[in-house]
Amino acid sequence: MFSNSGRLIPWPYRIAYGSERAYDCDVLVIGGGIGGAWAAIGAARCGARVIVLEKAATERSGAGGAGVDHWQWAADNPCSGVTPEELAQALIDNHGGYRGGHSTYIQCASAWETLLEMEAMGGKIRDTADEFRGAEFRDEKTRLLFAYDYTNRFVLRVWGHNYKPLLREELRRLGVRVMDRVAVTSLLTEGGKQGTRAVGATAVHVRTGAFIVVRAKATVLATSRPQRIWTFSSELRGISTFRPPSVSGSGYAIAYRAGAEFTMMEKSMRSPFGSPYAYPPYGSGNAINTWYPCTIVDANGKEVPWVDANGKVLSSVAERCRPCAGQKFFIMGGGSSSQPHPGLPQYLGPRPIPDLEARMLAGDFTPPFYADLAGMPEMERKAIWGIMVGNEGKTRIPVMRTYMASGFDPGRDMLQTYDFLRGHGMREPVLPQERTFGEQGACGGMLVDWDLMSSLPGLFAAGDLIFGGQDHSHAAASGRYAGARAALFARELSFSELNDGQVRDEKHRVYSPLSAPEHGPDWKELNAASARVMQNYCSEVKNAQTLALAETWLRDLEANEAPRVRAENPHELMRVLEVHDLLTCCRMIVAACEARKASSTHLHFKRLDYPEMDPPEWHKWVVIRSDGDGVQVSDRPIAFWGDFESHYRSRHAQNLAAWTQEPPTAARRRATAAT
Amino acid sequence: MQDNPRVYATPNRPTPGNPVRFDPARCDGCNRCVTVCLEDILIPNPEKGRPPLVLHPEECWYCGPCVDDCPIPGAIRLNHPLQQRVRWKRKDGGHFRV
Repeated sequence: MFSNSGRLIPWPYRIAYGSERAYDCDVLVIGGGIGGAWAAIGAARCGARVIVLEKAATERSGAGGAGVDHWQWAADNPCSGVTPEELAQALIDNHGGYRGGHSTYIQCASAWETLLEMEAMGGKIRDTADEFRGAEFRDEKTRLLFAYDYTNRFVLRVWGHNYKPLLREELRRLGVRVMDRVAVTSLLTEGGKQGTRAVGATAVHVRTGAFIVVRAKATVLATSRPQRIWTFSSELRGISTFRPPSVSGSGYAIAYRAGAEFTMMEKSMRSPFGSPYAYPPYGSGNAINTWYPCTIVDANGKEVPWVDANGKVLSSVAERCRPCAGQKFFIMGGGSSSQPHPGLPQYLGPRPIPDLEARMLAGDFTPPFYADLAGMPEMERKAIWGIMVGNEGKTRIPVMRTYMASGFDPGRDMLQTYDFLRGHGMREPVLPQERTFGEQGACGGMLVDWDLMSSLPGLFAAGDLIFGGQDHSHAAASGRYAGARAALFARELSFSELNDGQVRDEKHRVYSPLSAPEHGPDWKELNAASARVMQNYCSEVKNAQTLALAETWLRDLEANEAPRVRAENPHELMRVLEVHDLLTCCRMIVAACEARKASSTHLHFKRLDYPEMDPPEWHKWVVIRSDGDGVQVSDRPIAFWGDFESHYRSRHAQNLAAWTQEPPTAARRRATAAT
Repeated sequence: MQDNPRVYATPNRPTPGNPVRFDPARCDGCNRCVTVCLEDILIPNPEKGRPPLVLHPEECWYCGPCVDDCPIPGAIRLNHPLQQRVRWKRKDGGHFRV
């Protein structure tokens, strides 16, 4: 990097390589995104001393830091037509059983309760300005706005663009120690042994390079899911991931190395969000999620019909938001995803006709297609190009403000779609090897119990990293719950002594890229190489031979190339360590693919050597854990979490009783009175 | 060979190279965007009061808090790569783009 005068710019932050700082806390939260921030709040409200380690800045970090438009699966809200039990079971059944029962139920049972706390922190959750008075999706009494199924009302439309800064304020109010720009590199375990209690973590400051050691009685991991596993574009890196590209699966890698169990790691799917040829998410015309239920028209203005689960053509926009004959309620809709989840007809929402591609080729429709915002009823248009695009992460500025600054007028203009050519939802067609691990739908993650604790005592999980869960309200509700469980766990324990050898070895590993030779590959080249191995040997086409080669070549990269990747400054050091973690994640995925000796529709999983789809004896969770240099495989029955209500209720009551700190509203009122 | 001080031997720049653009007349170098950036792609300008430098343009996630949280309207704006610019059609005529 050269300055305007052509001189090299010195590193702008004080370098502190090798310096070591140590901290103690009751609950350590790793990752300060939505799940981590709520976990820290949940723990601090129990009176625990909490530290948050966050690789970016907690004020805006994480997949939901830039905003949120839908508060999903809030079956506990006063307008909901479904119970938490009904909705959680439907979500699980709709994934063929492969959705995490614990955290899905926690989300369905407490998303609304969590959102009320967001409101108490100052977040807007109601149409207080009466902008949508009389709209079909508004409850006049509570002024809440709903999305998708207007009859059953369990997904809320919210003004979430500033929720993350408000969470940061709440952490400050509760006295949580937030350490930003600090990347965690390892979990410390009792006696320094794999598979024992989690007793702390090591980390590195990504601006100064200082080494940080934290001793904790309990730890909550909240680092989301690995991106950049199959697709990596060195020059369009940021565009190639739906979650932030720095989400490198470090939580997965460090917990796996520490001996924690993971499940559903074999699931992956095609996703154009992982393609460098994609457009900004929700930035082209579409009809799903943020844009549901937008009308799509062809080049001549001919409307693409919508159909319900029975195949009945719907004659009005209003009908797109109602369950069809024979359905009690529906889940989302719009025909999302380029590799649609099979789902169940009883929960299938309305969508544009699924055979659009064939009908276009037959001459019924003329490309290109457009999202006809201008032709939508006024309330729906104002909701989409207003609350939704105006508050969803990565759309408020990149789409709404940027497009309008270029002259886009939702009342006159139709935004082009680049995806309906293939009859799919919002996404452009992608190649089979352009896969993502977990950008859409429930994906693999850390195995947890009803305390959201992993197989390692003292190690808890929040948000995306929990197996089979997803989205913003899931991260919030599961984080809030996990934080409380971790704080209660910590109450019973004293600190465990750290193992000096474990800390010393990790410190050596962390700094080794600084002394790597000067002419090795850089971190981007290594990332692209690991992605290529995954594309070639662990993609849509795989069998025992390809998976064995994947393992061989990943180990080759780890042993022979990774040590040659050099870091010139703390930022690069962070990126190199991320790729080391990604390589661990790749090996976890390969091990899980090897362990499942059957194909599965629900897992988007095909083994050429075991072609039978979903044989009953494989209808179970495949679980992996690291054991020295090898992998231990076990399994769990499909609904191993048991009864929702009885497991949840007692713990939830304990959490409520433990939250002795003053809630945000009372504190806010007092602060206002004082001024 | 004649010396030409305005021509340098430089490597290719990373592309896309301008994920955010600063208006130097408005930006007062408060570095708020440097603080909130998720990917840490910006660094403070060595010259105080000047716009931050985009050190790692190709790492941008195009998420927008740098713009949303900037205290001075118009001091920073998001700049999509050319291949990412979406098109639209106006009902009463004309085609446009970001």
